[in-house]
Parts: sequence; C-alpha cells; structure tokens
Amino acid sequence: MNGMVIIGAGECGTRAAFALREAGWSGPVTLIGTEPGVPYERPPLSKPRDGIVLRKPICPPEAFGNAGIHYLADCTARSLDPVTKTVTLENGEVLPYHRLLLATGATPRRLICRGGDRALNLRSHADAEAIFARALPGHPVAIIGAGLIGMELASVLIRNGAPVHVIDTAPAPLTRAVPSHFAAQLHQRHQAEGVRFHLGQGVAEIGADGVALADGTFVPADLTVAAIGVVPETGLAKAAGLATGNGILTDAELRSSAPDIFAAGDCAAAVQPDGSHLRQESWQNARTQAETAARNMLGESQPYAALPWFWSDQYDLGLQVAGQPRPEYHMVRRPLPGGELAFYLNAGQLVAAAGLGAGNSTAREVKLAEMLILAGARPDPALLADSAINLKSLLKSARAA
Amino acid sequence: MTDWVTACKLDDIEQEGAIRFDHNSRTYAIYRGPDDSVWCTAGLCTHEAIHLADGLVMDFEVECPKHSGAFDYRTGEALRLPACENLRTYPTEIVNGEVRVALG
Repeated sequence: MNGMVIIGAGECGTRAAFALREAGWSGPVTLIGTEPGVPYERPPLSKPRDGIVLRKPICPPEAFGNAGIHYLADCTARSLDPVTKTVTLENGEVLPYHRLLLATGATPRRLICRGGDRALNLRSHADAEAIFARALPGHPVAIIGAGLIGMELASVLIRNGAPVHVIDTAPAPLTRAVPSHFAAQLHQRHQAEGVRFHLGQGVAEIGADGVALADGTFVPADLTVAAIGVVPETGLAKAAGLATGNGILTDAELRSSAPDIFAAGDCAAAVQPDGSHLRQESWQNARTQAETAARNMLGESQPYAALPWFWSDQYDLGLQVAGQPRPEYHMVRRPLPGGELAFYLNAGQLVAAAGLGAGNSTAREVKLAEMLILAGARPDPALLADSAINLKSLLKSARAA
Repeated sequence: MTDWVTACKLDDIEQEGAIRFDHNSRTYAIYRGPDDSVWCTAGLCTHEAIHLADGLVMDFEVECPKHSGAFDYRTGEALRLPACENLRTYPTEIVNGEVRVALG
C-alpha cells in the first residue's frame, strides 16, 4: 500500500507526521527534509543564550522510529507528479504516495540591491550560527527590515554589545501585524537601549564595511542581516501545475487544487470565508494546520478554523497577538500589572486581542481573550477596560449566553 | 524524610489560579482549584523553561503561557502538545489557612 508522504520537515511537516499516527493511520509515513539532522524548533534561533544557538529538536530522535515514521534527512524532492501520484527525489528515487502533504515552508526574501548577496538571512539553524558567530561586541551590525525577526535580532545583538542599526523603507517599525501603539512602545524601548533607526529609507548598496542608504547616508557595519520577510516555497507545486499565488492555494480543508495533495504551514494560503486566501507564518499556524491537514488526509472534512496567534520576545518584553487586529476595529485598552492589553471589537463582537508586558505577564489574559473570541463574545467595552473585572467571569457569561 | 515547607497563605492564590514559589534555588507552581483544593507541581514547563504560574488555570488544567502545552496540575499529566513529559507533583496541605508543600 502506498503511504503518506510529507515534503518539508519543519514544525509543520514533523507535526503532521505524528498527527497522522495520532489520528489512527497505520500505513507508511515518509517525512522528507532538506536539512541534515533531526527536525528542530525555529523560535529559539533568534534567541541565543550566551552566544550559543540552541538546536532544540522538535521531538527526541527515537520518536520517529517509535512511531514508525520514515524520516529522510538531507533529502530534497525534485518534482512531483499528481497524475501518477509520485514524488521524485534528488537522487532519482521515486516515491509513490496515497496522500501528499506539502509543508515546504518559506525562504527569506532576497534583498535586491548592489552587494545584496553580502546580507545574511535568518531562517535555518546554520543561518543563525553564521550570524551569531560574526556578531561580536563592538562590531556594528546593520539589520535591514524592522519586522518581528529584525527587531528580535536587534534586541539580542545590542545586549551582546554590538552597535545596532535598523533600516526599513517603512516610516515605522512593525507595521504589518503588531498594533501600532505596541509597535511604538517597542520602538521606544529599542531606542532607549541604543538601537539606531533609519526609517523611510531604501538601501542603495551593501559594501564590505557598511550599508549605503538611498539618501546618501552611510551606515557602518561589519555584518549586515536582511530580515525583509519570507516568500512561500511554491516551486514544486507550481511546476506540478497546482494553483499557487502568495502560497500554495488550498480550500478551507487545506486541500490543494490537485487531488490527494494537501498544503499546510508557511507555504499554504488557505481560502477564507470572504473568498480571499490567507497565508500565515507562525509557529502555532504550522502546528495547528498540520493537525487539520493530517485528519483531512485521512478522510475527514474539517475546515481549518484556528485563530491566528503569535508571540515575540524583545528584551524582557513579551508581545502576544491573537486574531488580526485592524485599525478600523474599535480598540479597548486595559492596563495590567507590568503591561497592557488591547481588545478589538468589530460591530460589538470581540475579534482580536493583543498584550505587551514584562515576560509572560499578559499571556494569561490574551489566552482568555482568545477563548472569548472563539465563544463569539460581545463583551461590554466598559468591562473589558476595567482591570478589576476578571476576564474569566466574562467568559463564563459568554458561554452561558 | 519529607520536608514540609510553608509556601504561602491560601488567600494569596486566586481561586482557579496559581502562584510561583521559589525554594532552595528551585521553582514550583502552587495552584488553587475551583473547589479550593491546593496542588503543587514543578514550576517550569517540561517543554521549555517557562514559569507555569504565569499560565492560565481553568478547572484543574494549567496552560503554559508560551506554547499552550497543558497539564493536569493534580497529577502532573501532560494533556496537550507540545508538552509530552509529565510534571513532577508534590503533596500539599492547608494548616490554619497556610499552604504547606512536601518538597522531599
């Protein structure tokens, strides 16, 4: 019998392999990863301790054998054929599949400018090791891109004693997914720590000793890192004729346009109720889509419905965002000891929430907000704003309603 | 020999809540259940070193504030991934409104 084949052994593909077993599949499972070694977690890559980048395995190495998962490390899929239902590996081996999951992830967007190749990227463990091996106290670093990865990296490198410059074409940092007042707070914190910002600035050239900006400013740097986002890895899918856009397009149940081929994680753009496609790049999305895809590969028909959720750690500050805060929503702020929460209401219904504070101080409330969102709650904004009102009591009344 | 240590007052812990308790350079989490029962586990999530007392307590479950792994704090059982290793638990008692834990 042909088995389940998963291409991509990051958080998503690895989780899917085990989720297939948990859901009762007893046939063959093959997990194909391009990197050598056991699959590892990516979140620790931007947070080295004492200069050491942790390579934290997603599961113990023996877990694959114990679960009967055939893991092929350091192995690249060259092509796939949806008609014969086969995957051809780089070494010429042909793997037939019963169902296929594309969990190919994403790759860093390349910087297009003179000397762009000099900029390092941060995606893999090897990338992280290359960056932190070269980031030495006293040696200036230029980070191009003031998104989550760029800002996390800035917080680590400046604490390591390197002068840090952050460059972005946008007029402010963290404009994409972070509520603007939290983005402003994080920006201020970085400035207070000594990070220098060059905003609203394009890059003209990266040289051996620094970055020339479009307006002629020269930013000295011994190390330049480009953190300007990622592009979904759709090459295999596209070559096989699958529908792609900003990601491999899937239906609500994570099926691609080809029979028996699913897509999940950073590479997948799943259709939304309004007909648009949403591609997410978070750890949580990688795991929860893997679980939904695995069940649907086994014949279930579950739409993927998890609320987007991500976190970011910068200095001692922890940011968590649940749902998708939008400027047009009605925002309600609640102060907390050591931080602040922001709730977002759309026509009275709670649809998103975010927290910023010391360590994990807002995590509990963000989690409760997430449960309120999933319960379809329409809480009184005055109660949301009042720190004396326990969100748990609002949840109980929302669930009773 | 069991080493009973007074950790806090029962009223220091919110009902369906948890607090962190550090003792002899180790860290623990002490929970007060919805029925006012008191429980104690190792303080850090078994997946990554995150203080569980910062997590959400609902019924008899605590959820790690970082990755949403969950445990039954009465037994230490890992209930939800990414946590897969159980938490160590410690006996507790309430004496005159004070919570004591056996950290032997």
